[in-house]
Amino acid sequence: MRDVPESVIEPVDRSPRGSGRRREAGSGRAFGTLIPTAALLLLAGCSEGVLDPQGPIGSQEKTILLNSLGIMLAIVIPTVLATLGVAWWFRSSNTRAHYRPEWDYSGRVEMIVWSIPMMVILLLGGITWVGSHDLDPPKPLPAPAGAINVDVVSLDWKWLFLYPDQGIASVNRIVVPAGTPVRFRLTAATVMNSFFVPQLGSQIYTMPNMATRLNLQADKPGSYPGISAQFSGDGFSGMTFTMDAVSPGQFAKWVKTAQASGSALDAAGYAALEKPSQSVAPYTYKSVMPGLFDAIVHTQAAPPEAPRLARTGAKPAPRTEG
Amino acid sequence: MLGKLSWSAIPFDQPIPLMTSIVMILVIGAVLAWITVKGHWPYLWHEWITSVDHKRIGIMYVMLGLVMLLRGFADAIMMRSQLAIAAGPAHGYLPPEHYDQIFSAHGTIMIFFTAMPFVIGLMNFVVPLQLGVRDVAFPTFNSVSLWLTATGVLLTNASLVIGEFARTGWLAYPPLSELKFSPGVGVDYYLWSLQISGIGTLLTGINFVTTILKMRAPGMSYTRMPVFCWTALASSLLIIAAFPVLTATFAMLSLDRYLGFHFFSNDMGGNPMMYINLIWVWGHPEVYILVLPMFGVFSEVISTFSSKPLFGYRSMILATMAICILSFLVWLHHFFTMGAGANVNAFFGIMTMIIAVPTGAKVFNWLFTMYGGRVRFEVPILWSIGFMITFVIGGMTGVLLAVPPADFVLHNSLFLIAHFHNVIIGGVVFGAFAGYTYWFPKAFGFTLHEGLGKAAFWCWFIGFYLAFMPLYALGLMGATRRMQHYDNMGWQPLMIAAEVGAIIIFCGVLCQIAQLVVSIRTREQRRDLTGDPWDGRSLEWATPSPPPVFNFAVMLDVHGEEAYWSIKQRAIEEQRLAEEPDYKPIEMPRNSPTGFVTAIFATATGFALIWHIWWLVIVGLIGAFATFVWFAWRDEDEYEIPAAEVARIDRERRRVRTEVLLPSLSRPS
Repeated sequence: MRDVPESVIEPVDRSPRGSGRRREAGSGRAFGTLIPTAALLLLAGCSEGVLDPQGPIGSQEKTILLNSLGIMLAIVIPTVLATLGVAWWFRSSNTRAHYRPEWDYSGRVEMIVWSIPMMVILLLGGITWVGSHDLDPPKPLPAPAGAINVDVVSLDWKWLFLYPDQGIASVNRIVVPAGTPVRFRLTAATVMNSFFVPQLGSQIYTMPNMATRLNLQADKPGSYPGISAQFSGDGFSGMTFTMDAVSPGQFAKWVKTAQASGSALDAAGYAALEKPSQSVAPYTYKSVMPGLFDAIVHTQAAPPEAPRLARTGAKPAPRTEG
Repeated sequence: MLGKLSWSAIPFDQPIPLMTSIVMILVIGAVLAWITVKGHWPYLWHEWITSVDHKRIGIMYVMLGLVMLLRGFADAIMMRSQLAIAAGPAHGYLPPEHYDQIFSAHGTIMIFFTAMPFVIGLMNFVVPLQLGVRDVAFPTFNSVSLWLTATGVLLTNASLVIGEFARTGWLAYPPLSELKFSPGVGVDYYLWSLQISGIGTLLTGINFVTTILKMRAPGMSYTRMPVFCWTALASSLLIIAAFPVLTATFAMLSLDRYLGFHFFSNDMGGNPMMYINLIWVWGHPEVYILVLPMFGVFSEVISTFSSKPLFGYRSMILATMAICILSFLVWLHHFFTMGAGANVNAFFGIMTMIIAVPTGAKVFNWLFTMYGGRVRFEVPILWSIGFMITFVIGGMTGVLLAVPPADFVLHNSLFLIAHFHNVIIGGVVFGAFAGYTYWFPKAFGFTLHEGLGKAAFWCWFIGFYLAFMPLYALGLMGATRRMQHYDNMGWQPLMIAAEVGAIIIFCGVLCQIAQLVVSIRTREQRRDLTGDPWDGRSLEWATPSPPPVFNFAVMLDVHGEEAYWSIKQRAIEEQRLAEEPDYKPIEMPRNSPTGFVTAIFATATGFALIWHIWWLVIVGLIGAFATFVWFAWRDEDEYEIPAAEVARIDRERRRVRTEVLLPSLSRPS
């Protein structure tokens, strides 16, 4: 039943800054070198995280994050220092400090204290408005050489990735060509989850009865860890997957191997997959019954006696990007 | 006969909950036995359990909050320990089905049964005193509120011994919390504890809005009320507006679970997203319900300990009411990742940021309150300065999370966990402890040990930063919340650092326990005979410590924003107190067991609903209703304190005040 076509691609460990090596470090000797290690990790800039983006969405989000932080720190740091300074200078034992027991209002000071946060928010509000529109998850990425479609279904407790154009499916592992935009449609077969590959950027909820959309791209080949970021029950912590970006040639090879091996994801196969299971090792399906994704979106919404597919809320969002 | 209840509900096979349950039962049993042996029951019954005195009720609320803080903190230590060891191949000592209950209980207990009782307790104790009145508008309802909250506490903790608690997170999102995915009694414990305590909270909101709007001392116009009363008003208004939403949302989820409705289910047209919207329509105002009164506490403390009036009083009121209204316009920022679309996300992101404007103005006003003052570094102001520093950092990360593209990578991560602990510990908990230290002498007539108080502050302050700064970093590294274990060994050192931080906070908690014990044992040396230990400015400091049951012998006439400060200044200037008033008998509300008895029936009803014991549901509901009918038909609801007794108490107060304020007059005698 389970087929792990690992042999097709050599294990990818080319993510920059040696994240692969870091994994081995720091397990046993933790207590003795606690503080230095913690400081080092902080300074090292959080490899594998959202500060080490590997695609256009993640990079832009990192920029917005750091810009917003910088703008606010410009106010926050002086405020913290001023708080400490004022409290210390006006300590009751300091005879040099000028005591003004009646000073409780100044229109000028009030104007300034209301203006400072207002101006900061004006600036951040602009970033928010522009950023929300630029980085709206359904917004397609420019795809001069075509894009790849992946339909995502969260199950208890694993991820099913359907490749509608290739007719294959994969569990707990996505393989995509590097440098190519990936168009996701996402739904949940049972409870809510959130699909998140930290190094590539935006996460989005998977929800029963609904299809959300997301567009991501990995610029360079690499193996990027993915998680569910929305608690979904006992098997939640094991609901990890990898997103492997490979060269177009390797991707074609992987598709071919998947199409040639493994079992078919038909009604019986899906019924077996649907049963709750935890920490499932990745494997692929050679074929997928047609319309599975839409069926998963609709089955949930339609009452058993009368299908109401016309109900707007139940329809999966159409692909606007064609 | 017993519904779903059977011996299998007791966790005989799980050592950790079993041992905890046994210890808990032994401790409770020992306390009850001690009370019985010492014969304290009549005292407890007459002076506390049936009391409708707002001061007693306030003290009991705060005690409830402190005890539940220990329970919630035990959960926190267990979680941190689990995550400190569950790296890579290790899966720790808590299996998911247990770990999931712990984080759900931690959140539920800390918000509903630690922070809320603490906030409501301080409001209860302080607001009528600051307004210069003798009690709240509905004293018996106040007692009902307290005991219904206690019912919620009891049911939540009972889940440890009998059955299980929710494994869904503290907001029980469907469809996970639907019967199909959570068939056990855990979610039912969650729903009914919060439904019952929520009724109590709603009554509190009504009570305080009525009190503040209708019962102020003569001359105390709205713009002369202390800022704490303003923040209590804002918080109570939010309770009235938000808690019915929570009740309705939980009612719909209960209908789904009990009667097969389909509000939030996956099938039959149910929509779980509606629940998420509704719960946050309550949930976001809830954080302001908690933090606004604490802003009031800081305003009082910073002004008092800087020996200056609050800077920009009207600006502070404006900011408070602006936050009160804006808090209802931001709920969607809790789920930008639902895919609502760019316009919706941008709107709610910007609305959220706008809240930072009045909040920022408040921080600057506190800063200018200290400016030109004489800051006395006693324990309450340490908490306040610690708050100002911590809260601006937490506010900053909050605004960062309000930027939707940033939230797309930080949502639900440990960064978020660090953010809300940053504002809740830095804001609500620090505020609670500032208020606790500040008003403790007023409540009990002696001050708390200062050295241990300072030690507690420093442990909490340092421990907080060590526990939560690593979580910010982990969030940026891609660690999400509610993980029971993780694969990335590189995260472990930071997880261990966070555990060390939690242990330092625990040292702070130990200091606080020691502080209470030492202070009680040395209370004779630390008596506050003056009634005004901090050189206060609002009316609560005009009463003796502890205040008599009627608070004020005669209603004071209020002139100006700082009612007691002006009275004090006039007395010093004229070298005499105001003329002795003409004492009259005072009518005070009688004690009533209504609250306690109602809560017993409510506990029975809640427990019976959880376990489907339908006959007991009916008995409980009839009992609770009958208690109210019996209360409504009471013949005498007040008793009279004779004028001579009022005069005796007040003359003693005047003698002490003369000694303190006008030493030259009292010295010859």
